[in-house]
Amino acid sequence: MKHLLSTADLSKDDAILLLDTAAQMAATQSREIKKLPTLRGRTVVNLFFEDSTRTRISFETAAKRLSADVINFSAKGSSVSKGESLKDTALTLHAMGADAVVVRHHASGAPHMLANAGWLDAAVLNAGDGMHQHPTQALLDAFTIRRHLVGERSGADPVGADLAGLRVAIVGDVLHSRVARSNVHLLHTLGAEVTLVAPPTLLPVGVESWPSRVSYHLDETLEQWQPDAVMMLRVQRERMSGGAGAFFPSPQEYSRTFGLNARRLALAPDHALVMHPGPMNRGLEISADAADHARSVIVEQVANGVAVRMAALYLLLAGGDDSERNTQ
Amino acid sequence: MSTTYILRGVRPLGGDPVDVVLADGVISEITAAGEATVPDASHGVTAPGEATVPDGDVVVLDARASDGSGLVLLPGLVDLHTHLREPGREDAETVWSGTRAAAAGGFTAVHAMANTTPVADTAGVVEQVRRLGEEAGWADVHPVGAVTVGLAGERLAELGAMADSAARVRVFSDDGRCVHDPILMRRALEYVKAFDGVVAQHAQEPRLTEGAQMNEGVVSGEIGLTGWPAVAEEAIIARDVLLAEHVGSRLHVCHLSTARSVEIIRWAKSRGVNVTAEVTPHHLILTDELARDYDPVFKVNPPLRTAEDVEAVRQGLADGTIDIVATDHAPHPVEDKDCEWSAAAFGMTGLETALSVVQATMVDTGRLTWADVARVLSTAPARIGRIDDRQGRPLAAGEPANLVLVDPAAHRMIDGSAQVTASANTPFRGMELPGRVVATFLRGRATVLDGVPVDALEGAAR
Repeated sequence: MKHLLSTADLSKDDAILLLDTAAQMAATQSREIKKLPTLRGRTVVNLFFEDSTRTRISFETAAKRLSADVINFSAKGSSVSKGESLKDTALTLHAMGADAVVVRHHASGAPHMLANAGWLDAAVLNAGDGMHQHPTQALLDAFTIRRHLVGERSGADPVGADLAGLRVAIVGDVLHSRVARSNVHLLHTLGAEVTLVAPPTLLPVGVESWPSRVSYHLDETLEQWQPDAVMMLRVQRERMSGGAGAFFPSPQEYSRTFGLNARRLALAPDHALVMHPGPMNRGLEISADAADHARSVIVEQVANGVAVRMAALYLLLAGGDDSERNTQ
Repeated sequence: MSTTYILRGVRPLGGDPVDVVLADGVISEITAAGEATVPDASHGVTAPGEATVPDGDVVVLDARASDGSGLVLLPGLVDLHTHLREPGREDAETVWSGTRAAAAGGFTAVHAMANTTPVADTAGVVEQVRRLGEEAGWADVHPVGAVTVGLAGERLAELGAMADSAARVRVFSDDGRCVHDPILMRRALEYVKAFDGVVAQHAQEPRLTEGAQMNEGVVSGEIGLTGWPAVAEEAIIARDVLLAEHVGSRLHVCHLSTARSVEIIRWAKSRGVNVTAEVTPHHLILTDELARDYDPVFKVNPPLRTAEDVEAVRQGLADGTIDIVATDHAPHPVEDKDCEWSAAAFGMTGLETALSVVQATMVDTGRLTWADVARVLSTAPARIGRIDDRQGRPLAAGEPANLVLVDPAAHRMIDGSAQVTASANTPFRGMELPGRVVATFLRGRATVLDGVPVDALEGAAR
């Protein structure tokens, strides 16, 4: 692994290695001294072209816990017509000697360009690109699911385990969601089954070729398919204010049909997890009684995000050579 | 006195070898192979490419194709859809560099699209482009006039003034934008009847394509780029052929790209609608799978479609539903393509690769003959542009010597930086394509010899 661009690039072994490494990282985070010396002297640049305080802080925390030097570079709205190009930014980072670049960009494929255009030779970690991918989000979701559902069920440490046989419903704006795309690929690779639940307007053309089922009905999916985890996607408020081009008639109708609340949750199995990548629109895609439910792991997802990002940085920057990998 | 060229053993439209003599701007004689006599060799016979060719010489061109057979002789190619970028974007292309690239690709006439800065929506701008073309001298430049003022789609430009100008505009297009307002499109179709003009429509329903980046389908869904649905093209074409039928006007559909667009044109023609259609070389060979690496060299409008669409446009071209191939040559400077996909410009160069792509996809596959190639790349576009009194003429004595000599047995590796056009954005770079333009003649004057624009030869000889 030179870069982490898309969960579609991850083999099952890669994915499990990432989750197992994250488990080791998580174990270190309960110690009094959380910092590890692993990446001392290495430079990690957080290159954020889009606002995302949560993801940036999570990556920054992960890099600092591994003793890397962290540089935050936020460049909103960069494009050829508006100031410095992506290429010039990349050349600048290259000249500064960045070892890893964590990139969040509004354009799908921008991390792919950074990794492959020959502009810089740092490891590139995709922290979310347009409507394409957000691989560390999917990894932290899988990590969270594995901890709760594989670990608990077998009563053993889930290290080395996949998610075979588990069912995950992903609910909401699949069309615009990089979280959904990343999760569909990763969960499939790990052996889980996925059902996408959304109004037809919020599903992409071609979704039938994805390794997942599709349903237009949340109640039916919860009751009849019995998912082990229900992952709610954020709905952008601007998606419903587009006049004739709005994707659904009103927030109320969306909430009535696709919003998760305690009543709906009762249709799912008792052990089903409630998940959300955040930030939540309480009252729209998820009600307070679902978000704060005993089965909600939303806050834990955030904590796990740091461990997963530590694992990704570690494997890309320090775990690349085979001798080290073989000793694990 | 102009140079006389004797083309020995060439094969008109791929047929049997003959000798063809070009003198005083016309085809003066066609004889059996080896029988054309060199009139007066006192000035010395010069092999092409050897030295400068002073006026008055007799040049015997006895070049052979790579397999030893005669070169294929075609009427000079005519492009109905070229972006020359001047005035306004001379960093991408100029009339001089674009027509020089056209000559290198075998073209003797190009129609220069109206989306320049300023827009070619007045007699003044079209006359300027026309004059720049005459000064450059590489190929005839026929400006396309904008349908609406500033391409804004709000009110008709002065179509009559452009038609009556020295540029004699007959093709009108807002290319790059669609004339989407139905009443405006109806008026334009009706109005140009007065001077036998044609509206060339860029079929793209704007509301269905807001923010669109690539073909809407499996690939766009996976890689997260906003889709440009096929129906946005098809809906406009369907409306326009019905409008053209209703008002009895002539319609040309630019760069159609989908299987159902071909079906709609086929249906319209079966009803007798006066419609013609074009396909680009890139839509004959490339698919949306190429977007997966986010390389903006493959970003184009209309977008690259699926393999099924590619097969449908090939079939449409083979059975005559699609009348012509036009390049949509769209040069862009490096910085407009060396960036993230959504920030990149739409378009790809095409003048120097068009004939090779048509050979690869249609001739070498047995779907078109060389005579058909002459039809789809020369005679039919000349007729649609109403320049068929000068271009796209038969290969016969007395006809204007607008010609191209092709070596179909040659193969060449495409390299963007080696192109004659001022821009390098070819989607075929790194591909090996068949066929090579050996020589191009514009009214008897060689613009290209040995595959190289003639000014370059002169420079090398100095």
